[in-house]
Amino acid sequence: MANEGAGYLGTEGRPGGISSWIFSTDHKRIGILYLVSILSFFVVGVSLGFLMRLELISHGPTIMEASTYNSVFTLHGVVMLFLFIIPAAPSIFGNFFLPIMIGANDVSFPRLNLLSWWFYMAGAALALATLALGPADTGWTFYAPYSLRTGTYVSLAVFAVFVLGLSSILTGINFVTTVHRLRAPGMGFWRLPLFVWAVYATAWIQIVATPILGVNLLLVIAERVFGIGVFDPAKGGDPILYQHLFWIYSHPAVYIMIIPGMGIISEIIPVFARKVIFGYRAIAYSSLGIAGVGSLVWGHHMFVSGSSYTAGVIFSFFTFLVAIPSAIKVFNWVGTLYKGSIVLGTPFLFALAFIFLFSIGGLTGLILGALSINVHLHDTYFVVSHFHYIKFGGAGFAFFAGLHYWLPKMTGRMYNTKVANWSCLVLFIGFNLLFFPMLILGIEGMPRRYFDYLPQYSTLQIVSIVGSWVLVTGLIMMFVNLIRGAFRGPRAPFNPWGSATLEWQIPSPPQRENFEKIPEVTKGPYDFRGLR
Amino acid sequence: MRWAVTGLGHGTDNAFLVIAGVCLILFLLIIGLMSYFVFRYRRSKGVEPEDIHGNALLETAWTILPVLIVLYMFYYGWLGYDARRKVPEGALTIKANGQMWAWSFEYENGKPSDRLVVPEGRPVKVTLNSRDLIHSLYVPAFRVKQDAVPGLERTVWFTADETGEYDLFCTEYCGTGHSQMISKAIVMKESEFTAWLAGTAEAKAAPAPAAPAGAELFKSKGCAVCHTVDGKPLVGPTLKGIFGKKVRVSTAGKEREVTIDEDYIRRSELEPATDVVVGFPPIMPPQKGVLKEEEIKALIEYIKGLK
Ligand code: HEM
Ligand SMILES: [Cu+2]
Ligand SMILES: [Cu+2]
Repeated sequence: MANEGAGYLGTEGRPGGISSWIFSTDHKRIGILYLVSILSFFVVGVSLGFLMRLELISHGPTIMEASTYNSVFTLHGVVMLFLFIIPAAPSIFGNFFLPIMIGANDVSFPRLNLLSWWFYMAGAALALATLALGPADTGWTFYAPYSLRTGTYVSLAVFAVFVLGLSSILTGINFVTTVHRLRAPGMGFWRLPLFVWAVYATAWIQIVATPILGVNLLLVIAERVFGIGVFDPAKGGDPILYQHLFWIYSHPAVYIMIIPGMGIISEIIPVFARKVIFGYRAIAYSSLGIAGVGSLVWGHHMFVSGSSYTAGVIFSFFTFLVAIPSAIKVFNWVGTLYKGSIVLGTPFLFALAFIFLFSIGGLTGLILGALSINVHLHDTYFVVSHFHYIKFGGAGFAFFAGLHYWLPKMTGRMYNTKVANWSCLVLFIGFNLLFFPMLILGIEGMPRRYFDYLPQYSTLQIVSIVGSWVLVTGLIMMFVNLIRGAFRGPRAPFNPWGSATLEWQIPSPPQRENFEKIPEVTKGPYDFRGLR
Repeated sequence: MRWAVTGLGHGTDNAFLVIAGVCLILFLLIIGLMSYFVFRYRRSKGVEPEDIHGNALLETAWTILPVLIVLYMFYYGWLGYDARRKVPEGALTIKANGQMWAWSFEYENGKPSDRLVVPEGRPVKVTLNSRDLIHSLYVPAFRVKQDAVPGLERTVWFTADETGEYDLFCTEYCGTGHSQMISKAIVMKESEFTAWLAGTAEAKAAPAPAAPAGAELFKSKGCAVCHTVDGKPLVGPTLKGIFGKKVRVSTAGKEREVTIDEDYIRRSELEPATDVVVGFPPIMPPQKGVLKEEEIKALIEYIKGLK
């Protein structure tokens, strides 16, 4: 990376030894640590997803056995969710930019911040260790009683997720405190950049919901190791209780994944439309709204598990309501484009792709939320497609948009924008080829987590598999371009996009100390007067 | 898409068409406006952007309208769900049982079947149980799905109104054989069904033997899903040549060595959790109340004979 006298990246032109990174309490260096580790795990997750698709290219075992396939989708799910998408935006961009955006020199608890990264790495190491020992084959949901009985290393995988949860809670606490305590003079809550609002709302979900997952996972371990009957009916337990406890966390977790992504999009859209964002307060409030209502919808994962009828109706009702704040955000983004002066920069193209894909994800969510339709589509490929549209097409593309927006600031160097634009297009096409056929497969009744399928599903499966090749090509293009840019690209100016938020008012890359003098904030984050 | 062949399914399909239709319109509206703005207000036109902070009227409208739309969707989805609650009187009751990794069905007269055979035009109530894990009974063409939870009986009902053969899946992940846990739902004319139920329809002219041979039971009862007879362990230990051998088992958490005799085999079939062979997970479903006495005997003989 750029280092000639380059700020936080190095002392006197050298980036410093590894220990100056892994023991650093500088929020920017920790952000880079997360960037490198999270992207590495993303590569692992993508490879697993790619292999899963490849396996289904013909009937019967093609490149692996059924039990291997089951372990692969479990690990794919665990890696993608807990190692990639939950931490990606908050831990990388949140760490790096949240303090700068509010005019602070670091987070409230820098050492706790470093500890979070270590917990994250420990959790990751445990999760990947199962790969060598005998990977869990339960699916990322660890449903009881299967997870209590299978002979694979479930306890270890569950413990890994527990440790990752701990890391997530600590990060959440740090961000909430930082936003409350360290805002620069003049930086009122209504002048916070919307990315900060989003990370703030997310941090609250992390703090409130993650402990429930922790307890649930500990109960699974206790049941496996000590034979206590909590969830296993053979021991007098209740497997439905497991599902409740699991989804009380894991549904809000979906919002932990997407809200920071929405925050990134809210930063990018006004910058490239060159005008103030439409409905700032509505976007900020809707993050909180999602965080609130989102904690009341977990039962929509259990409509056919046979819980009570009334509960089903209530959960469906809240599921529809939680769509409203997301819809409002989309309307506001589109509204911001009205009467703008739109620059088609790479981050903006990714943001447009985000709106397209996220809309499909959200609208298919409405279809799934309708009770009678859910009975048909639950646990089919429709669901697989829906959540990939949300998590990958939504949160993932928002993250890519963020990479293209902020990497020049983080590394001080610019990537090749032409290649970047092409990679966006290839990714977009690949993504839809890969996941759109799955919607139809689901409507036609193909169940998920199937190692093999009936002949009538072949055509669409093959289309989807070819899509995965296109998508992976796009990913390779994008990453090669970004990595080359980070090390060898031309120097990036202070403010390549003409943004108004504070991180763009300091050098690229930033100095070790973000601000020599804490700035006095006098205008809103999307006030481009004087920058146009 | 293939239309549903049950009344409930028609409700689901209608709800799907309406809701998916509204979603499609919303999607086209969002993407259409977005594309139009990006084109119309592009930088190269050189127009000064106009800072618009918000618009109370517009924002209220696009909050309230979607609320109304989703409430309508919620209601529509609920309608089709409500119908699923009330089982009509006089429905034919079929017991369904999930087990790793096969479905079995039992009719009111005690007739067993590995396929779900139902009469056309008559309401059918399926009571679901599971012997081991959670499974889920799913017949896409019926738009019917219900989890089978061990220890908790669940019911679903439907009236199939078109004869034919339809796929029947397990949709709750249940381990290695999950994607093999497939059967058929067969809808027959009433007269055909009556004959089938009485056992006269099957072209088995020869009287069935009182107890089927062990080898056949080994397959039809699902043992072969986890146990081989060729010496290779699968999910469970192989049963080749085990009779008379010594084996290390874990009994109530303590390891001990036992010799495999008839009693041991019987115990392992009926209460497999009592002695679990070391190195294998305790996941075999107990067959107590499932196997009849003659069947147990036949299986023991069969296993004894596996050399
Ligand atoms: C190259 C890109 C990807 C491919 C080819 C891919 C493919 C797949 C496939 C085929 C399944 C299994 C469907 C099934 O049998 O039920 C799956 C499951 C899953 N994927 Fe992906 N995926 C990709 C990226 C992602 C990303 C980016 C995320 C999250 C951010 C993600 C999260 C998940 C989750 C949570 C599951 C469920 C695992 C489970 O059932 O336990 N995937 N993926
Ligand atoms: Cu959910
Ligand atoms: Cu299954």
